[in-house]
Amino acid sequence: MELLNKVNEKLKEHFHGDIESAELLYDYPVFTIQKDRIHDVLKFLKDDEELNFHFLTDLCGMQTADEKQLGVIYHLHNMPKNYRIRLKTFFDINKPEVATATDLWPAANWMERETYDFFGVRFKGHPNLKRILNVDEMDIFPLRKEYPLEDQSRTDKKDEMFGR
Amino acid sequence: MSKKETTYSVNQEVIEEKEYSTLNLGPTHPATHGIFQNVLKMDGEIIHEATPTIGYIHRAFEKLAERRPYAQITPITDRLNYCSSPINNMGWYMTVEKLLGAKIPKRAEYHRVIIMELSRIADHIICNSVIGVDTGAMTGFLYIFQWREKIYEIFEEICGARLTTNIGRIGGFDQEWSKKAWDLIDTFLKEYPKGLQEFANLLERNKIFMDRTINCGPISAEMALSYSFVGPNLRAAGVDYDVRVMNPYSSYEDFTFTVPVGTQGDTYDRFMVRQHEMWQSLSIIEQAIKKMPEGAMHADLPDFFLPPKEQVYNNMEALIYHFKIVMGETDIPKGEVYHCVEGGNGELGFYLISDGGRTPFRLHFRRPCFIYYQAYPEMIKGIMLSDAILTMSSMNVIAGELDA
Repeated sequence: MELLNKVNEKLKEHFHGDIESAELLYDYPVFTIQKDRIHDVLKFLKDDEELNFHFLTDLCGMQTADEKQLGVIYHLHNMPKNYRIRLKTFFDINKPEVATATDLWPAANWMERETYDFFGVRFKGHPNLKRILNVDEMDIFPLRKEYPLEDQSRTDKKDEMFGR
Repeated sequence: MSKKETTYSVNQEVIEEKEYSTLNLGPTHPATHGIFQNVLKMDGEIIHEATPTIGYIHRAFEKLAERRPYAQITPITDRLNYCSSPINNMGWYMTVEKLLGAKIPKRAEYHRVIIMELSRIADHIICNSVIGVDTGAMTGFLYIFQWREKIYEIFEEICGARLTTNIGRIGGFDQEWSKKAWDLIDTFLKEYPKGLQEFANLLERNKIFMDRTINCGPISAEMALSYSFVGPNLRAAGVDYDVRVMNPYSSYEDFTFTVPVGTQGDTYDRFMVRQHEMWQSLSIIEQAIKKMPEGAMHADLPDFFLPPKEQVYNNMEALIYHFKIVMGETDIPKGEVYHCVEGGNGELGFYLISDGGRTPFRLHFRRPCFIYYQAYPEMIKGIMLSDAILTMSSMNVIAGELDA
């Protein structure tokens, strides 16, 4: 809670209006940032002397429940002070573009390629944005909810009796 | 296959003409210990450029997890870093328990610590003995690998499986460990230090081994941090980051242990960090056995924990729970959590979003191998091919974790 307020105050001061929400989910302070400012916020958090989130723990994508939006989630870490926060940004699924973080952390390179591979998020300014785990010829983005894992038209596997 | 590349100076005068040859290292080659492909541009025996291709054993774990009830996701985590699957299992259980807000009894947590440290030893045995093999020292590998077998015998006694363990449950363990399991652990604790010392004597101060590994594939602390290195590889570069100390989970705060760090971040340091971690793991197991508290082996979670068989046969309530759990019909509260454990390769994270249904809405594995393997082309630039092999085995890149 203390960390949430501290980061929130700093962000409010510099990015007033671009912070869509700030909340504490379990042990993590979570901020939702406007997608056009996410790069500035990441840069600010990395360079700020007091907060200094120098370590990119994780970067991954997600799709919202209404299937209309995609999101990118960043987990940042300040090791000496052991601060951990999570940043999120959402954008329209038909225009999935967001600024890359590879200029801040080289580690973001493959994580962004993975996100592109599975969700089709195009990271602007990424040096080598192509598929990484799936075959190059694939023409879908498999982790999107519109591509179900199993063929939903199958009739030999009825799940109704189990209340699904 | 070779092609000519010419470098021109400003006034277009040819200053150097070099011929690079292309070498395909992998995808299946005994020296890469797994399915890794690197297309190398070689200048004689020196690597000029490397382009890794990954994904050969991609099994769509994150998509699979979106269709599976929580208990059925554990076998998926087995197959991430299959050299230390129990750590992955425990990490996953703890993630779900965090989401549920479950309180795990100390006794179960101590048992988890024992299991996790045993698998850490097994993981480091593989990595370190393979470094030995790649330098040409087969002996150490042959001697120390029997101890990995002993650890697998312990796993087998506890859960019935050896490699992909699926050990324990959400909430704790299904039953007390048998006397035979404890006997095996006692024998292991008594005899393994001798075996490890023997292995250490063979390699740690071995002149040939040191000449071969010191300054081989080094990485600086700054670069390691910017590439999000974790675990032994980061500690070898001199950063004392260990999840067990920074964010203690499963009662790790009850134990005293040191976090070994290196200075150079080269192959020798990575080897030595792992060597010392094995001694620390042994000490943690001893402490856990000595301080083992009394109590239950699992948390009070009737929705997730199978009731005892006698009750299932005689009690309606228990039968319903049994059916619901086996069919995967229990709902999980809404929420999102990130939980990380110190795996064999460092911070192994689980980012779980639940929408309240029977399966996760989204599950992302933070796989340390995947993230730090991207620094590999940079680390092997300008070094010999045989050193590149050594660098890869000392980074302990596991194909299962890399490709998910």
